Amino acid sequence: MVKDQEFLEKKASYCLGLAKKLGATNANVIVNNSVSETVNFRNKKLDESNRSDDLRISITTYIGKKKSSISSSNLVNDNLNILIEKCIETTKNTPEDEFNSLPDRDLLAKEVKDLNLYDDNHIENNQKIDYLKKLEAAASNDKKIINTESSFTQNKSNFILANSDGFCDGYKTSSFTASSVTVAKDEQSMERDYEYSSKCFLKDLDDADELGKLAANQTIQKLSPKKIGSEKIAIIFDKRIAKGMLSTFASAISSSAISRGTSFLKDKVNQKIFSDKINVFDKPDMLKGLGSRSFDSEGVKTDTLKLVDQGVLKHYLIDTYNGKKLNLKSNGRCGGTSNLYFGNGNISFKDLLNLNSKSLYITETIGHGSNIVTGDYSVGATGFLVENGEFKYPINEITIAGNFKDMFENITLANDLEFKYATNSPTMLIEGMVVAGK
Amino acid sequence: MSNFFEKTDLSRMEAENIISDTLQKCDDGELYLENSKSESILLDDNKIKNSSYNSDLGFGFRAISDEVVAYSHSNEISKNSLNQSSENLKSTLKSAKGTYNHEILKSNKKYYDNINPIEQKSFDEKIKILNDVNNYLRSKDKSIKQVTANFLGEQKSLEIIRSGGETLSDVRPLIRFNVSVMLEKNGRKETGVYGIGGRQSYDSYLKDDNWKSVCDEALRIASVNLESKPAPAGEMKVVLGPGWPAILIHEAVGHGLEGDFNRKKTSAFHNLMGQKVASEGVTIIDDGTLDKRRGSLTIDDEGTPTEKTVLIENGILKNFMQDRLNARLMKTRSTGSGRRENYRHIVLPRMRNTMMLGGNQTQDEMIKAVDKGIFAVSFGGGQVDITSGKFVFNCTEAYEIVNGKIGSPIKGATLIGDGPSILKEVLMVGNDMMMDPGIGTCGKAGQGVPVGVAQPSILINKMTVGGTKL
Repeated sequence: MVKDQEFLEKKASYCLGLAKKLGATNANVIVNNSVSETVNFRNKKLDESNRSDDLRISITTYIGKKKSSISSSNLVNDNLNILIEKCIETTKNTPEDEFNSLPDRDLLAKEVKDLNLYDDNHIENNQKIDYLKKLEAAASNDKKIINTESSFTQNKSNFILANSDGFCDGYKTSSFTASSVTVAKDEQSMERDYEYSSKCFLKDLDDADELGKLAANQTIQKLSPKKIGSEKIAIIFDKRIAKGMLSTFASAISSSAISRGTSFLKDKVNQKIFSDKINVFDKPDMLKGLGSRSFDSEGVKTDTLKLVDQGVLKHYLIDTYNGKKLNLKSNGRCGGTSNLYFGNGNISFKDLLNLNSKSLYITETIGHGSNIVTGDYSVGATGFLVENGEFKYPINEITIAGNFKDMFENITLANDLEFKYATNSPTMLIEGMVVAGK
Repeated sequence: MSNFFEKTDLSRMEAENIISDTLQKCDDGELYLENSKSESILLDDNKIKNSSYNSDLGFGFRAISDEVVAYSHSNEISKNSLNQSSENLKSTLKSAKGTYNHEILKSNKKYYDNINPIEQKSFDEKIKILNDVNNYLRSKDKSIKQVTANFLGEQKSLEIIRSGGETLSDVRPLIRFNVSVMLEKNGRKETGVYGIGGRQSYDSYLKDDNWKSVCDEALRIASVNLESKPAPAGEMKVVLGPGWPAILIHEAVGHGLEGDFNRKKTSAFHNLMGQKVASEGVTIIDDGTLDKRRGSLTIDDEGTPTEKTVLIENGILKNFMQDRLNARLMKTRSTGSGRRENYRHIVLPRMRNTMMLGGNQTQDEMIKAVDKGIFAVSFGGGQVDITSGKFVFNCTEAYEIVNGKIGSPIKGATLIGDGPSILKEVLMVGNDMMMDPGIGTCGKAGQGVPVGVAQPSILINKMTVGGTKL
């Protein structure tokens, strides 16, 4: 069982008290407990069971404008005493930074709404096994599938965030995640693909049969891929890849990248960076949302932000430290975005496929080719050639490249937004990117 | 050396009894105890932005029956917690009827010293060096707009208790020092990053103002990139510089030669043992025994002494990298490659220091042999799809080659290739074998472990370069 609020609060207040006693002018404590249980299957047989119980405490102490932090998984008071003493010593020896401080008191979250993020249901390992048996049966139905691996995880977490200005709150969250990875083979090739579902509530999880079938079909479709020539071509990003554009966008508008001057979106607030039809939202209070939260990781209240309005950048993602540096107030984004998404476009998925007589539909990218300093983008990719709205054949061993500044201006979105992850995008088309192949 | 049972309600004897009882009908398994201390000090934007210290303690209890692994981990070393884990393992493996394999190799060799690098240099000295780095760089070049430098130090103590009470232990030091600079000139911004590290004290690397050479290298890379032009797109010849570019070897063939993927037949290499997978003259080894290198281990995370494993010898596939589980199921021996990020994770067969051995050609000969291609000197990260065999890596310093001559620098681009065939496309192997500076971390199944790579310059017949210039 995940530790209750009382235990976590007791540890937090012990640490705050001791830090103050040893000379901290301010302090901040986070105590986390996370218990997860996983069962893995491979080729229709039990492969692994894994239980993890993680307890962790992070303490930041301030002496005036000096700051240092410690963290530990050993919450025995003897150990905490040694660590807090060490933290205070280090704080004294760390140079001052005028921007160091706890959040402004008036910005701290006052009320914590119940966002329906915790399901008390517990799924026993044998029930997970039943689910995975069904999933694997569906996934391995076709003879071309030569290996299946699937996994079911239940996670329950609880946390407390407390600071010396009197903030002390936290809540439980849960997640249930099922995934299927399949390998298919034919004479020319061997390919892998996957499908997955993750929900706060057990009853909302995708059907096992559906998940297995989807994973298998997506894998089989990739068999016998071809390599195409190098050219400029319209690229359609599957939803699971399109959301990555939003993640890059979020890193580029983080107040840390902005204040350090290491973002291609520095000084772009109130400027047009996307085409007119693009809107981007970050909505923390979505019920059962995978990215939902009642306050950020400093305890600052979080309101919904329309980050991009008709193509115009409206906000950076601001925490206390970088906010003070930029002379802006924190908007509760310490720790990043919550439920981040592009608003729907106004054409259907089918119409998007038909916008160009020839386009490339990308289902997977590999490599770390996003540079937020320059905006340059270059990654390895696999997908399908689409001609006149029809999927023609699978493609691999190509790269796609461009610069985010141009790419953002040339995005067209379909109207098929779903909330499958914490960051979500409808299917996305970008004109004018370069494919390198043969 | 940590005494994991001090100040707990659990004696070593009691722990041994729980372990032996839990594993009695299992084929293998152990209790893994770990205590790590790490420190991170970061200078950024002219200030000490962060100083943090982390102390992590926990255990991972593993039981294996046939192919099935049961694992349970916790931070609380107590009778109650270990018993709960034991129940958990037993319930997964209730039908186990194996015989525990007590055999494990022994060795007295050590590849690093029992030191705590964090304590070997005072906090004030570290702060001073970071400030010196910042002042040195900013006074050197007016177009420097950002300097980031950090120290990362760690000491990890671990103990492995096997059924019957056999105990193996190791204490591993690890440090890293990184410098990153951003230049801005005529509205253009570019970065350069360089770092050093390994399993010894900071001073072994930083004595005599050695940090200046790290700064100079980061600045040199950023300056080169400031002049870079768009990279070409398409298939062409590629010359790789020596040292760190060996992450090509790591991604292209290393992962595909890990035991688990081959037992499961999901690697593109699973049916190629004994066959020719590389050009003649190409020999690749994975070595855990190099003195004080980042990827070296005295014992792996199952207690097996590490070794120098020949993977590909003169073009022929010779060995996969094995942990105990995959070795047993594939009827071979562990190569001391069983690793885990920490006690929270199960053991997987992983790389240590992966190297392509030197040949006898010069880098100059390689450049001269290329009409149109690129010369890749430094890389960021890489990634591989081991099933299709396709792999990528991102250049952070590269140049055009035109008619046998090095031309202008090109912008960061991704290179993509096919693992099983790329080594057959190796046209020349250089005589300038070099180790990387000790900065690599390899990710697999969500676990990061420190690794090393090494290679001489090599000439590859063709790879696809992912630039924007058609």
